[in-house]
Amino acid sequence: MNVIQPKLAPGKPPAATLGLIDVDIHPRANGIADFKPWLSQRWWDYAETYGIRARHGFTGGQPPFPKAQPLASRRDAWPPNGGTPASDLNFLREQHLDSYGIDIGVLNPLQPSGQGDRNNGFSAAMAHAVNEWQLEVWLRREPRLRGSIVVPYEDGAASAAEIRKRAGDPNFCQVLMMSRTGEPAGNPRYWPIYEAAEEVGLPVAYHAFGYSGWAMTNGGWPSFYIEEVSEHATSCQNQVTSLVVEGVFERFPKLKVILIECGFAWLPSLGWRLDKHWKHLKAEVPHLKRAPSEYIREHIWVSTQPMEEPERGQHLTDIMGWIGWDRILFASDYPHWDFDDPRQAIPGFLPAERRRDIYGSNARALYGF
Amino acid sequence: MAKHVVAAVAEIPPGSRKLVEAGGKQIVVFNLGGEFFALSNRCPHQGGSLCAGTLSGHVESPEPGEYRYSRRGEMIRCPWHYWEFDIRTGKSWFDPRRVQVRQFPAEVQKGAALVEGPYAAETFPVRIEEDYVIIEA
Amino acid sequence: MLNGLRAIDCDVHPMVPGMRALAPYLDEFWRDQVVERGITQLDSQSWPIRAPKTIREDWRGPDGRGAESVAQLQAQALDRFGAETAILNCLYGVQLVMNEDMAVAFARALNDWIRAEWLDRDPRLRASIVLPLHSIERSVEEIERLAGDGRFVQVLALAMGETPLGRRQFWPVYEACVRHGLAFGIHAGSAYRHPQTSVGWTSWYLEEYAANQQGFQSQLASLITEGVLTKFPELKVVLLESGVTWLPAFLWRLQKTWKGVRFEIPWVDRPPAELVRDQVRLTVQPLDAPDDPGVVQRVLDHLRSDEMLLWASDWPHWQFDGDAAVPPGIPESLLPKLIRENPLATYQRLREGAAR
Repeated sequence: MNVIQPKLAPGKPPAATLGLIDVDIHPRANGIADFKPWLSQRWWDYAETYGIRARHGFTGGQPPFPKAQPLASRRDAWPPNGGTPASDLNFLREQHLDSYGIDIGVLNPLQPSGQGDRNNGFSAAMAHAVNEWQLEVWLRREPRLRGSIVVPYEDGAASAAEIRKRAGDPNFCQVLMMSRTGEPAGNPRYWPIYEAAEEVGLPVAYHAFGYSGWAMTNGGWPSFYIEEVSEHATSCQNQVTSLVVEGVFERFPKLKVILIECGFAWLPSLGWRLDKHWKHLKAEVPHLKRAPSEYIREHIWVSTQPMEEPERGQHLTDIMGWIGWDRILFASDYPHWDFDDPRQAIPGFLPAERRRDIYGSNARALYGF
Repeated sequence: MAKHVVAAVAEIPPGSRKLVEAGGKQIVVFNLGGEFFALSNRCPHQGGSLCAGTLSGHVESPEPGEYRYSRRGEMIRCPWHYWEFDIRTGKSWFDPRRVQVRQFPAEVQKGAALVEGPYAAETFPVRIEEDYVIIEA
Repeated sequence: MLNGLRAIDCDVHPMVPGMRALAPYLDEFWRDQVVERGITQLDSQSWPIRAPKTIREDWRGPDGRGAESVAQLQAQALDRFGAETAILNCLYGVQLVMNEDMAVAFARALNDWIRAEWLDRDPRLRASIVLPLHSIERSVEEIERLAGDGRFVQVLALAMGETPLGRRQFWPVYEACVRHGLAFGIHAGSAYRHPQTSVGWTSWYLEEYAANQQGFQSQLASLITEGVLTKFPELKVVLLESGVTWLPAFLWRLQKTWKGVRFEIPWVDRPPAELVRDQVRLTVQPLDAPDDPGVVQRVLDHLRSDEMLLWASDWPHWQFDGDAAVPPGIPESLLPKLIRENPLATYQRLREGAAR
C-alpha cells in the first residue's frame, strides 16, 4: 500500500495533513483524433463521419443547454500551448497538481468519450480507446494520477467486458458512468456492470451529465442552463432511489458508489423520504431487507464539488453530519468554471479533523490508496 | 496607503487590463474608454484571479423575455464561478451592498509631474513626455 | 390536538367512484361517448387504488375503495381532526387524457361534481379548480367559469405534466389566478407525458412515489427561472404533498448557480430563496423527516421561515396512523401558524370567506 507523503506546495490547504486527494479532474482530448491510435479503421471512419451522437440533437459537442463559459471551463485554464483546458499534462501539473500539492488526482474523462452514445458499438470502441488514452497520455506519465474505466454503459455486457479487461490494473481506481442513463441506474439491465465492478473490487462513480434521451425533467424540457444545473441534482436523486429500491445493494453487497458533481445536500432528505414511504410500501419491495437510508449510508459516497452554499454556514455542518463525515470526498472539478479551490471551498468553520478527512483520508479508505 | 506608479498609459489601451502589484497587493487595472479603474485581483468568493476573467456587458430585464443590454466591456466576471463585478465601482451585481471587490483610486499623471514626486519609491521608469497610471494602495 | 385552533386542512382528496359518477355533469355527447366507448374510469397509476398509501386501511371501504362521499370525509377527517375548513384537491386522472376536448369536458364535469357532491354538502369545504392544462385557453375559461364561486380557492396542476409550469405559455393561467385571488396549487402525481424520472420509467411504485420529490424541484426551478414569481408577485404557489425537506438543498444550489449565471435569466433580480419565502408554500403531509424533534427543528431552521408551512391531513392517503395528524417533531409553538395563520395568509379567498 502506498504511503502518501504529503507534498509541500504553496497552495496546499494546511488541514490536508493526511494528503490531498482530488476525486474529480477532467482530462480532455483536443479532439476525437486524439483517440485514433486506439480505434479500428472502421470506427475511426465512423467517428470522422458521424462523431459523437448523444441523445439530443446537436453534433460536434455542442450541448443543448449552452454552458456559462466555453467548454464549461475556467477562463484561466486554457494552456499556453493552445490546446483545450486540461489537455496538456504539463500545464495541468503546474496549474493544478503542483500548485495545490495534490497527492492523488482521479481522472473522469467527459466528452468526447462516447459514453451514452446512441450507438452502442461506437460507444464500446470509444470506451476502449479512451481507457488506452488515459493510460498512455496521463497515467503512465504521472504517478499522482489514477484513471476511471470508461464503459459503454447502455450495453451492460460490453461494459462488463471492458471492466474485466482492466481488472487488476492499479492505474484504474473506479468505473465511470454518467448520471443520466437511458433507464434508471438500478434497472437490471445495468446489473452486469455492477456485477463486474464488485467482482474486480472497484467502486462505480456516477458523474453528473450524459443525456438519457428523456426530457430533462420529469415534467418536460426546461429552458435554461441554470435549470439543467439544478437537474443534475434531481436526476442523481432519481438514480440513488433506483439503486436502492431495485435492490442493487442487496444483490451486490460489496458494491460502492460515488456521486460526483451532483451536489450532496439533498441526500439526507432523500434518505428520509425513502425510509418514510418504504415503511408504508414495504410489501411491494420484499427484496429490501433494510431501510433505504441504511443502504445509502453504507454504499454511497459523495464528492464536495460544487460545494453547497447555504445562506447560513452552520446548516452545512448539519448536512455533512447527517450524511456521515466519512462519506465526503474533496473534488475540484478542474478545469471547469465552477471549480472549487481546495484552500477555499471547504469551509474553515468545519473542524480541522473533518477537513482533513474530506481532503484525504476518506478517499484513501474508499479507494484503498 | 501610498501612491504607486504602476503602468504607462500606453501599455493599457482602452478595453484592456493589466495585472500589477502595489502596496503588497495584486491589483488589476482596467481602461474603460480612457478612464482607469483599479480593483483587487482577488474574487471575494473563492479567490479566483479576476485578471483572467471575461469582460462583459451588463444585462437587465424589466420582464421575462426582454433583455436590456448595456455597458459592454464594463463588467469583469470571475473566471471561476462567473460572479459579475462592475469595474467602475467594484460592486457585485447580485448583492452590491455586501459583496464587492476592493477598489483602489486610480488616476493618470504626466511623467513630468511624477519626476518631481512625492510618490512611493518604485523602480518604475518614468519618462517626462509620457502619461502614467497611478493607483493608491 | 387541533381542538380550539380552528384548523384548516389544506389537502384532502375526494375520489371519483367511476366515470358514471361524472355522467350527470357531462353534456349529452360526452355522456354517450363515455358509455359507448367503455370509458369506465380514469384511475391514475399515481394512486393505485389498492396501494397502501392511496387509502389508509381504516379509511378503506369493503370494496377496496374509499373517499367517495362527504360522509366519509366528515367521519374520517373533518370531524375527527376538528378542522374548520378543508380544501379538496381531486386527483382523478383527467389530465392523463390525450384528447384535449375530452380532457376539457371531463375536467369541467369533475369540477361540477366536486361542487355538487362535496362543496354543496358541507359548508366547511373549499376546493381547487382542476385545470385541463392541455389547453391554456380552455383552462382560463374554466377558471372564469368557476371563479365566481368563492368556495374555489385554488387551481390545481400536477407535479409531473407535459411542459414545465414556468413556461410563458402558462402565463394567462397565472394572470387569471391573480385576477381572481386564487392560489396556484401543484400536487404530487403525473400526467404521464414523460417517465417519472428524467432517466426513465421507474419499476416500483415506491420509486414512483418518491420521484414526486424531484418533480417539485423541477417545477419550482421553472417557476423561478422563467420569472413567474417575479412577474406575478401576488401569486401564491402551493406545493401539495411534496415532502418539504428537499427545499433547502434545492434552493442553495439554485441560488449559488444564479449568482454566476444570472445573466441567463436577468429578470430574476432577487435571490431565488427570497422569492420562494415570499410566494411559495408547502403542505406538511408528508413531512419527509425522522421523528426526532431535534432533526425536524434543524430542518425547519434550514427553511429560514415559519410562514411557509401549511397543515394538511392528506386524507385518505396514508401518511400517519390514528390521530397523529401533525407530523412528529414539529414544535408546538409552530402550530398556530401551521394550522391556521399560514393557510389564511396563503389563500386570499379563505380570508375573504372568514370575514363572511
